[in-house]
Amino acid sequence: MSIDVGKIKKDFPVLQRSINGKPLIYLDSANTSQKPASVMDAMEDYYRKFNANVHRGSYQLANEATAILEGARDKVRSFINANSRKEVVFTKNATEAMNLISNTWGRENLSSGDAIVLTELEHHANIVPWQMLAAEKGFEIRWIKIDDNGHLDLSDFDQLIDGAKLLSFAAMSNVLGTFTPVQDLTERAHELGMVVHADASQYTPHSYTDVQALGIDFLTFTGHKLLGPMGIGVLWGKESLLDSMPPFLGGGEMILNVTKEGFSTNELPWKFEAGTPMVAEAAGLDAAIDYLSNIGMNEIRNHEIELTDYALEKLASEFGETISIFGPKAANERGGVISFTFDGAHPHDISQVLDEENICIRAGHHCAKPLMQVLNVGATSRVSMYLYNDQADIDALVEGLHKVRNLFTL
Amino acid sequence: MSSLDDLYKEIILDHYRSPRNQGELPPPAHRCEGFNALCGDEIIVYVSLIDEKIEDIKIGGQGCSISQASASMMTEIIKGKSVTEAAEIIHAFKEMMDIYESELSGKEAESSASGIDLGDLEALQGVVKYPVRIKCATLAWNTLTQSIDEIQG
Repeated sequence: MSIDVGKIKKDFPVLQRSINGKPLIYLDSANTSQKPASVMDAMEDYYRKFNANVHRGSYQLANEATAILEGARDKVRSFINANSRKEVVFTKNATEAMNLISNTWGRENLSSGDAIVLTELEHHANIVPWQMLAAEKGFEIRWIKIDDNGHLDLSDFDQLIDGAKLLSFAAMSNVLGTFTPVQDLTERAHELGMVVHADASQYTPHSYTDVQALGIDFLTFTGHKLLGPMGIGVLWGKESLLDSMPPFLGGGEMILNVTKEGFSTNELPWKFEAGTPMVAEAAGLDAAIDYLSNIGMNEIRNHEIELTDYALEKLASEFGETISIFGPKAANERGGVISFTFDGAHPHDISQVLDEENICIRAGHHCAKPLMQVLNVGATSRVSMYLYNDQADIDALVEGLHKVRNLFTL
Repeated sequence: MSSLDDLYKEIILDHYRSPRNQGELPPPAHRCEGFNALCGDEIIVYVSLIDEKIEDIKIGGQGCSISQASASMMTEIIKGKSVTEAAEIIHAFKEMMDIYESELSGKEAESSASGIDLGDLEALQGVVKYPVRIKCATLAWNTLTQSIDEIQG
C-alpha cells in the first residue's frame, strides 16, 4: 500500500511555512529530518506535566519522568528488535555513540600492531574517532574501496579483514545512498572473530532495522534524522560486549557506589549514561518512532524507492550529460539520497539559486571528505528525500535547476 | 532586481567563467593553500615576490563562483603592487566584506572607508547579505595574507 504524502505533509508544521510566498520544498532530510507535531507535543508535554530528574526522586512526578525515559528505551528496543533493553544506550547523537565505542571497546582492545577496517563511504563520525585513537595507540586503519557505481569493492575483502579486529561501516552512505551488504560483511568478519559496527544514521530512518537479523555487534544512529529531536542518539550493543567494556563518561547515574578510594559502575545500560539524561528528547524520539511505525518502515522504504526512481530518471532526462549523478544506478540499491554535480555551476551556487525558490538541498562535502577525494570532486549537491516528499517536490527541484542552468551557462 | 542578481552580478559571472591568472608558478614562487572547511573549497595562491613587489600571482584549486571570481579579481588588482600597497588593498576589501561594519555604517559600495578604489571588486559587496558566502569571497584573500606572512617570515 502506498503512503498518503498529502496527509503526511500536514503533520509537519514547518512544511506549512512559506518564505516570500513560496512553499518550503525540503530536500535535506539526510542532514536532519523535519518533525511531526506529535513529536513536539510529546516534548512540550514532558516539560508541562512531568519534568523532574529521573532515577532519583521518591515522588510521583520523578517516577513518571523516569517512566517516560525508560519507556522510550523500550520503544527503541522494539523498533530495532534488540534482545534486551539493557542493550539500548542513549547518547547525545550518533557521533557520540561512535566516540563511545572507540573510547571504551576501542581503547581496551586496540593497540600497536592491530588493524581496523573502515570503508571509503564513511562519514567523518566513523573516521575521526578511530584516527584519534590510532594516533594514540598506533594501530592500522584499512579502507574498503568503492567501485564506479558507489558499491563497496569487495574483491580484496578477505585480505583486508585478515588479522583485523574491527569492521566499522555505514549501513547506508549519506552521500551516495548506497546500501552496504551488512549481513554478508558481518558473517565474513565474524568468521575471523572480528567485532562489527554498523553506522545506521542513514539506514534506520529509512529502512526496517532488525539488529538480530543484521547480526552486527554494535549499531549507532541518531534521533534527529528519524523525525525525532536533535540531542538524542542511540548506541545499541550486544549485552556481553557492553558488559565487558569500561565506562565512557564518569559522573552521576553511571555508578553503583563511590568512595574516596574509587567507584563501581552501574548496571547496563546506565553504566554508559553519565549525568542527567535528555528526557524530553527521549519523549520526542518515542513519539517519532510511533509516527514511523504507524506508517510502516517498509511502506516508507517503498515510497522512497519509487520517488528516488522518479528523481533519477527526471534528472537524467532533463539534464542529460551535463549532470553527473554519483552512486548506484538503481533506486532499489540506494536510499533516497542523490548526490550530483552540474556542469558550469558549483554546488554552493546551485543551492544558493535553489534557496531563492525556497528549495532546501545541501551543498558541500557532507562530512565525507575522503569520499569526495575518491570521487575526485571538492563538493557535490545532495538531494535527500523522506516520507513527506513527493513528485511535486522533485518537479520543483528540476525547475529550479533549470534556473541554475540559465544563470550559469554561457 | 532580485536579490540573486545582486549576488551574481555580471562581472562576477564573467570572472567565474573566464578566471584571470589561473594556473601555477614554479618555485621559487611561494605556494600557499587555503581551505573553506564549510564546503570543502580549496584554493592555491602562488606568489612571486621580488624586492617587496608582487611580480606575479596565480590561482589554482576549485571553488564556487563567488570564491573563484573574488580570487580572479584579486589577482588583477594585486599584481604589480608593493607589499605595502597589497596590505592596504586587502584591508580595504576585508572591511567591505565585514558584515557588521557595513551594517553599522550603511556605507555605499563606491566609497570604502580607507579611500582605496576596489574597482570591479565592489561588485562583491552584494555577498555581505549572504553571511555564509562571505567566507567564499574572502578565501583567496586570507590565503594571500597567509602567503605574504610566510614569505616575510
